[in-house]
Amino acid sequence: MSAVFYLSAFVAVAATVMVITRVNAVHALLYFIVSLLSIALIFFLLGAPFVAALEVIIYAGAIMVLFVFVIMLLNIGSEAAEKEKQLLSPQLWAGPALLSAVLLGEFIYVLGHGGARAGGIGIVGPRVVGISLLTKYVIGLELASMLLLAGLVGAYHLGRRQEAGRESGERS
Amino acid sequence: MTQDIYLNHGLILASVLFALGLFGVLARRNIIFVLLSIEVMLNAAGLVFVVAGAKWGQADGQVMFIFILAMAAAEVSVGLALMLRMYHILKTLDADAAGRMKG
Repeated sequence: MSAVFYLSAFVAVAATVMVITRVNAVHALLYFIVSLLSIALIFFLLGAPFVAALEVIIYAGAIMVLFVFVIMLLNIGSEAAEKEKQLLSPQLWAGPALLSAVLLGEFIYVLGHGGARAGGIGIVGPRVVGISLLTKYVIGLELASMLLLAGLVGAYHLGRRQEAGRESGERS
Repeated sequence: MTQDIYLNHGLILASVLFALGLFGVLARRNIIFVLLSIEVMLNAAGLVFVVAGAKWGQADGQVMFIFILAMAAAEVSVGLALMLRMYHILKTLDADAAGRMKG
């Protein structure tokens, strides 16, 4: 089981190195998603299945989709069609696909060998986490919801279209 | 005993990821990559919390990870909105182009 841990740690580090050295932002995003998936597998091995699911759903699902949307918003125009053709070329997706194939193999291996329990670490399930979140940390939960509301309002305010008065530097 | 080594190596992995993210923030000037590197660092911090929670078998580490997740979501939404605004005004994504203040 420790071989699985070290292999996914290697995949995480390799994918992160690829993230910070890419030139194209879409390539970097693909590698970052692989890095997040490998860290989710590490969470699963450490006996935290709930957090592993959150990592995949929220980080790799929601936050990365936000990044993709913004990158696609930034290059509208005739180059976008050319870039979409390039997305299908194997040299773009071969690296991330290879790394995620490694992760998939590890995941199947772990599931076939008794899950995370075989690692010798006690599993802290979603039930305990939820009870702790809603009793001991309920103030933190409220603060997090307020932070998300502030983020929503801030993103709306910054992202809306500028109206007249921009030239003079005044905000309407 | 073996699981202690396991957890120590989890901490080492987290520090390596954090160092990579820090390097990305310092070395890259494209603002998309700066944001991505900040995500890498936040993720490494969350990994530390989960590893510590796994060491003592408590749920607190996972709760802290959920808070970090909420913080990362808020940070990314505001950061990307700022990035779009900067692109519309300056027509570039270079972070150094926005280094000059108006006042």
